[in-house]
Amino acid sequence: MILLSVGTQFPFDRLVRLVDDWAFAQGRTDVMAQVGPSKLHVRAVKPFGLVSPSEFRDLQASAQVTISHAGMGSILTALECGKPIIVMPRDHQRGEHRNDHQVATARKLEHTPGVYVAWDDAQLLDYLGRLHELAGATGASAKAPEAFTLQLKSFIRTG
Amino acid sequence: MRERQLPQAPAVRPRRVLLVASAGGHWIQLCRLSPAVEDEDALYVTTLDGARTPSGERPVAVVRDASRSDPLSFVQLIAQLVGIFARFRPEVVITTGAAPGLMALMLGRILGARTVWIDSVANCERLSLSGRLAKGWASLRLTQWPEVAENTPQLDYYGSVL
Repeated sequence: MILLSVGTQFPFDRLVRLVDDWAFAQGRTDVMAQVGPSKLHVRAVKPFGLVSPSEFRDLQASAQVTISHAGMGSILTALECGKPIIVMPRDHQRGEHRNDHQVATARKLEHTPGVYVAWDDAQLLDYLGRLHELAGATGASAKAPEAFTLQLKSFIRTG
Repeated sequence: MRERQLPQAPAVRPRRVLLVASAGGHWIQLCRLSPAVEDEDALYVTTLDGARTPSGERPVAVVRDASRSDPLSFVQLIAQLVGIFARFRPEVVITTGAAPGLMALMLGRILGARTVWIDSVANCERLSLSGRLAKGWASLRLTQWPEVAENTPQLDYYGSVL
């Protein structure tokens, strides 16, 4: 199963259309899609409604790969599950988000193992064409580095 | 003969810590910081039903999400938060954002709690709007990017949750 996720806040029809066209052309019927508040008509991907955070996590854990906007939720969950994630940042110029912070996030994370940033349509299709080559992060943890949590703990205790 | 009492280690009283984050990335970042409160009396707050804390056994309260486009949502959110504060009386409020976290931070500050704003790791070039608004309300304000901390006053860097 492949999971497509664009979050719940805004539509991201450019990404949904690309993945849907690809899935249709490939005859793939195993793409689950969280398409957000979108009115786009899809042919191959299977949209689903709002699911709870833990259900979403379970979906991502069982997916072979997640294709997503550059939202931290999907990216962090993919890293924690050790699953690869293809990330296409929302483009502010095209009205896909309020600002360009997803582009900045993608730039910062593009060398993180397990994260595959698609900067344009062609790159996305290239990743989709070689899904079996994409690998997830190894040795991932669901906890922040100890240096961070220890400092926070000491702040809590020294009040 | 009377038994000698062993000298007791100074009792470390658990602190009441309220942890607030909107569902999604903010929530996951907050959960990654959960080791910081493993010895505390922690209450988590988020905006969607069905969220589990990492240990799975900490209580999670749900409040409605609020956004700038819907002013009434803030009134409802603040009413819910006031209820939570009245019951739990947090000594420390920690949030990773977004709007509901900022509201909890402000309320905490007014009610005498120590408050921590942790800006999302997604904001790698400048602080979020909420993070900028948190200035003056947060006892401790953190960014997850050293270069952002460098040129902003009253902003600290403890590392990144990644």
